[in-house]
Amino acid sequence: MASVEIRDVRKAYGSTRVIHGVDVDIADGEFVILVGPSGCGKSTLLRMIAGLENISGGEIRIGDRVVNDVPPKERDIAMVFQNYALYPHMTVADNMAFSMKLRKADKAEIESRIDRAAGILGLKPLLDRFPRQLSGGQRQRVAMGRAIVRDPQVFLFDEPLSNLDAKLRVQMRTEIKELHQRLKTTTVYVTHDQIEAMTMADKIVVMHDGIVEQIGSPLELYDRPGNRFVAGFIGSPSMNFLDGRISGDGFETDGGLRLPLATAPAGSEGKPAVYGLRPEHIALDPAGIPVTVKVIEPTGSETQVFADAAGQQVVCVFRERITAKPGETIHISANPRLIHLFDPQEGSRLTH
Amino acid sequence: MVDVASTGMNHRPATGSQRSAWAKLSTSSGWLGFWYMVPAAGILILFLAYPLFLGVWMSFTDTRIGRPGEFVGLENYEWLQDDTVFWLSVFNTLLYTVVASGAKFVIGLYLALLMNHHLPFRSLIRALVLIPFIVPTVLSAIAFWWIFDSQYSIISWSLMKMGLITENINFLGDPNLARACVIFANIWRGVPFIAITLLAGLQTVSPSLYEAATLDGATRWQLFRYVTYPLLTPIIAIVMTFSVLFTFTDFQLIWAMTRGGPVNSTHLMATLSYQRAILSGHLGEGAAIATAMIPFLLAAIMFSWFGLQQRKWQHGGSND
Repeated sequence: MASVEIRDVRKAYGSTRVIHGVDVDIADGEFVILVGPSGCGKSTLLRMIAGLENISGGEIRIGDRVVNDVPPKERDIAMVFQNYALYPHMTVADNMAFSMKLRKADKAEIESRIDRAAGILGLKPLLDRFPRQLSGGQRQRVAMGRAIVRDPQVFLFDEPLSNLDAKLRVQMRTEIKELHQRLKTTTVYVTHDQIEAMTMADKIVVMHDGIVEQIGSPLELYDRPGNRFVAGFIGSPSMNFLDGRISGDGFETDGGLRLPLATAPAGSEGKPAVYGLRPEHIALDPAGIPVTVKVIEPTGSETQVFADAAGQQVVCVFRERITAKPGETIHISANPRLIHLFDPQEGSRLTH
Repeated sequence: MVDVASTGMNHRPATGSQRSAWAKLSTSSGWLGFWYMVPAAGILILFLAYPLFLGVWMSFTDTRIGRPGEFVGLENYEWLQDDTVFWLSVFNTLLYTVVASGAKFVIGLYLALLMNHHLPFRSLIRALVLIPFIVPTVLSAIAFWWIFDSQYSIISWSLMKMGLITENINFLGDPNLARACVIFANIWRGVPFIAITLLAGLQTVSPSLYEAATLDGATRWQLFRYVTYPLLTPIIAIVMTFSVLFTFTDFQLIWAMTRGGPVNSTHLMATLSYQRAILSGHLGEGAAIATAMIPFLLAAIMFSWFGLQQRKWQHGGSND
């Protein structure tokens, strides 16, 4: 096991720059998730760690070794691909043994390692099957088994769950997390799914357009998003953003609704701002502001309400059942300690 | 759902027994399928099975052009047994097929691997590779005939200008040189088909397999040996079967370049059969030579049939 250090790493394809100087520290044994919308450079960064892409600038260290010019096979990493990349002409056992066979490892050692990995992943009855004969979840497990047998310093996962159906994805999420808790191997995991990131990571790196927007634990990112992008990306449904200005000890939306603030930032009186409010932090309150219900989506455990707040859309999530019909007015309020203020131009966080 | 289905089943025999045989036949999907097959079967019987049968039958007769033959049993084949020219043509055909097919495979695979890389002007190179395949065989054969001409050969001319030789090389006049020349021409013509087909096969291999194998520690050679080659074997089997069949039965190239000469050294079974049957008029004997090709071709097909048998890993999964 080893730490991974990413220092001012850049990537350019010709004159197209896709990663503009990224710094990430990954501690030994940590589970780090790179998350961001497609095209943000997260997969490219992972592939640079793996050695599948050249590093255009900066430095990547695995352990205390700079690996910029180290070929992939000598980096001591193992990668799980989105499409699993299992060798179709090899059985499950051969797929797992391939890397050790190339290293001309001892036959007994190969067998014991496969046996151990197959035991961990529940693959023992499938060892003689070919990839075609396996279900999506089983293939996923074989791909992980292939990584485990190598006992690498770092595991790299490239969107490993995106080819699975929703139910299996939740199950595999738990399995991967359990696996990490058991093996404690440093893991870098790429996904575009913020729920995956929130549920599995020790540390999340939110990327956007080739830069790191914020690094932190899942709850840090949820509680104190550093900017409007992170605030909108983390959390489901997304945070509501209301345009308006700071006035007195509160916030007035462009439509004239007054919302509470715990403390207005100093010297901000009258300045435009964006009021960030998570749907789940909104409560029904007869003394609150009036909003017009547009769509109601009951999910059983909770109810999502899409409403119009004086010209701006607000999404609310209530634990209680809502009896209001579309077109009716409900009154809502927000806990002032759970709101976020952002700069309308920069998107940076105003409250502290 | 179950109710509807079971009542439907109960009704059917009652009405069915009252229908005429014709009504039953006209709704039978097997009968309909037979009619769809008739045109194709007719064409195959008329243009493939009948000539084949006629050819085999003729090989048991002493038919000549302008004279209907009589059944002579295996006499033609007994004659061939002692015919040194026939055995020479068998040897030539085998040599031609083995050397040309082997070379075509190696060169074709090499070109396919090369074209699968990110080369500059890749599409132009692919188009260039196809040229030998597009040019009509007779045309390219005539071109080679000139290239290998005993007096006007450009190769002889160039080598003489460079001072490497002092007199023209008699390419198509020397038995072994002539063999080499026709094999070279065949390779030149056959490579594009193999290269393009194998390239198509290469492009179906997922790039992430190469990445996975690279991370697993495979060298370039091991990538080829353990990933590319095994995934390509089904296509190699198909393309090599066709290549062997086409090469074994080759006629045009030889006939346009050497007509089997010098002293029969480039006669293949196909050209010898044509010469004996059509030019000399011994239809029965020519048919016997052509029929003698059948066991060889059958062996080649059987070989690839068993080679082509779906490998276990190609079988689809049931729960996918």
